[in-house]
Amino acid sequence: MAMKRKDGRSLTDIRKMEAKVGVIPNADGSAMFKMGDTIAIAAVYGPKHLHPQHMQNPQTGILRCSYDLMSFSVNDRKKPGPSRRSQELSKVTQWALEPAIDLQDFPSTVVDVTIQIIQADAGTRTAGINAASLALAHAGIPMKNLVCSIAIGKLDKDIVVDLDKSEEDFEGGEGPTDFPLAKLANTDQYTLVQLDGKIQPDKVKEVLKLADDACAKIYEIQKNALKEIVEQ
Amino acid sequence: MDTNTEAHEAENQEDVQSEEPKKRRVVVPGEVIVSGEDFLPGEGTRREGNDVLASRYGLAEESGRVVKVLAITGAFIPRRNNVVIGRISQITSNGWVVSIDCASSAFIPIDESPRFINKSEMDQFLDVGDAVAAKIWSMGPRGIDLALKSRGLGKLDGGFLFRVIPNRVPRVIGREGSMINLIKEKTGCEITVGQNGWIWIKGKDIESQIKARKAIEMVTDKIYLSGLTDKMEAWFADN
Amino acid sequence: MSIMEPTNISKETLKSMLEKNKRFDGRGSMDFRNVEIELNISNKAEGSARVRLGKTEVLAGIKLAPGNPYPDSLDKGNLMVSGDLTPLASPHFESGPPGFAAIELPRLLDRAIRESGMIDLKKLVIRAGEKVWTVFIDVYPINDDGNLLDVSLIACVVALKKTMIPNLKENDLPDYKTPSKTPLPISEETFPLSFSFFKFGNYLAMDPTREEEEMSDVRINFGISKWNGQYMINSSQKSGSSPFSRAELEKIAEILPQKFDEINERIKNYL
Repeated sequence: MAMKRKDGRSLTDIRKMEAKVGVIPNADGSAMFKMGDTIAIAAVYGPKHLHPQHMQNPQTGILRCSYDLMSFSVNDRKKPGPSRRSQELSKVTQWALEPAIDLQDFPSTVVDVTIQIIQADAGTRTAGINAASLALAHAGIPMKNLVCSIAIGKLDKDIVVDLDKSEEDFEGGEGPTDFPLAKLANTDQYTLVQLDGKIQPDKVKEVLKLADDACAKIYEIQKNALKEIVEQ
Repeated sequence: MDTNTEAHEAENQEDVQSEEPKKRRVVVPGEVIVSGEDFLPGEGTRREGNDVLASRYGLAEESGRVVKVLAITGAFIPRRNNVVIGRISQITSNGWVVSIDCASSAFIPIDESPRFINKSEMDQFLDVGDAVAAKIWSMGPRGIDLALKSRGLGKLDGGFLFRVIPNRVPRVIGREGSMINLIKEKTGCEITVGQNGWIWIKGKDIESQIKARKAIEMVTDKIYLSGLTDKMEAWFADN
Repeated sequence: MSIMEPTNISKETLKSMLEKNKRFDGRGSMDFRNVEIELNISNKAEGSARVRLGKTEVLAGIKLAPGNPYPDSLDKGNLMVSGDLTPLASPHFESGPPGFAAIELPRLLDRAIRESGMIDLKKLVIRAGEKVWTVFIDVYPINDDGNLLDVSLIACVVALKKTMIPNLKENDLPDYKTPSKTPLPISEETFPLSFSFFKFGNYLAMDPTREEEEMSDVRINFGISKWNGQYMINSSQKSGSSPFSRAELEKIAEILPQKFDEINERIKNYL
């Protein structure tokens, strides 16, 4: 029995996605990533000189990430400026992207990644990571793989892929669960793991399988965005 | 042979993007380029088991057994022998600090000046805010050393500078200088192209300088089109 | 992206070009770049817009929330303009405490909008002396190729024109989910626009690109709108230390109405 969700999707369908690179001419790399009604934009500047000197690593370049919501991206206006939530998400985003990149050839430099959410409808950190991964590739940063990110969730007892905001707010039965994940494309390596809610340990295997399938689709979308600017 | 073509031919950098783009394949990080033990993973690639994979986004190129991925976007990565265009940012006791738009700082030692000068005369040769064309002589942990003692290098007088995406520069120059020479011929301008993406134009009048800049910007916008040299010929005929 | 400062030769060449009323991109000294507008770029905002002027791009979003009136204006709603110059748009913008540009931009926008009287704040009272609507205007530059101020104001004004006041639930909480039928009380004729002039040696030009901004000696901007059928200058700020001569200020004042009409015409097609 396949339950239909409010927008007509099956339990395992991802939302309609769109990706575009080169959206910010000033940046060394940039991208927009849309997942349903969630829109993220990312800019990469670097490798570049890092001030102050004590932050430099003479062995390698470093990655610096900043994630935030634009104040009008949510129904209740978010005051501009970093919040505790945005600081946490900036950090987990950095940890999600770092394993994919290799800055050993750029000692003492920094690569700055800035992510802003223009419209928030759940899954903002996953859209941010997808956009940032594209922007890093677009910037020519040495990368082993692209990074793909998706949030798996639960609606009562059912495991679902890519929740939207109305589903994230669902309160019935076992309540809502949000399980954002990110992985290096074409590998079994997970670089973002977070969880918020209630889920039985024996369901984790199913969650990871669904995440794999969803990320494979996201990878195709990312790949096309990078290829289409050349092959037009 | 003029400065750019000479300097360009002298470099190790391959003139890949001036060829028909259809012969190259664009790849994304982690994508398999070729499989086989015989292939040698070159710049921008790595070997994993039987496969050679891309380690960055760019154009994959096979020359013989060597497989490379050439960058088509991103910040300037300096290499030895690159001709670069920069701005003097500081005068120190033994040379000039130059901004060339990359993560490392660059330096012209005082003995690169064409004749002996006193420390008090340094600003008469190169002053803060002056533009220079220089060659990357050496690269080390403390920065990049630049040389001025080659034909076509040195202080740039008159004209102006502007920037394009550094990895598009080979296309602006063209195979054996064909594109840049076309632009110079049609506008009558002197042009020096830095591998760091900065370009110097000097012309007899304002219109020709504006036209030369516009032509170069068009080329960097449309680098993926084939037959670009012909298309630019046509554009010059119409404008 | 480059953070190389302008060279002496580039500055000299720009000077000689301006003498002949020409600039690097072929424009005349008083020509505005091409404007592109897209409305409703965030469905969570009560009004929003994306505006491009050449390669400069800015997003503006309007949010309305009930709040307390200020003690010295108990019969009026509140207006609050903020801008975040995030590191998206330029290598010059860094994370952390705002530099002066980040502080100046929203203040200049606020002045231009408030003094034009575009929004009738008296019609934003929910309960006299107790509850009023606060109009939050937030501006985010996406790509800085010069003249963020003029572009940002267009984005704010265009977004305001399409802004709806949310319905209110009984407990004074806004209902952001059901569509509203009440537009923001704004005057149709007023359309505040900002014009930034930069000075280079003895030459004046409008709508500077980023490289022109970096080469300029000083900038001055004027906010202008229409009030009761008349052109009204609402705001001004000279930014930078070099002086403007009286003749230059008079020349600018003369050209403002014609520029106002010209840009107004261009924008009308999008509304």
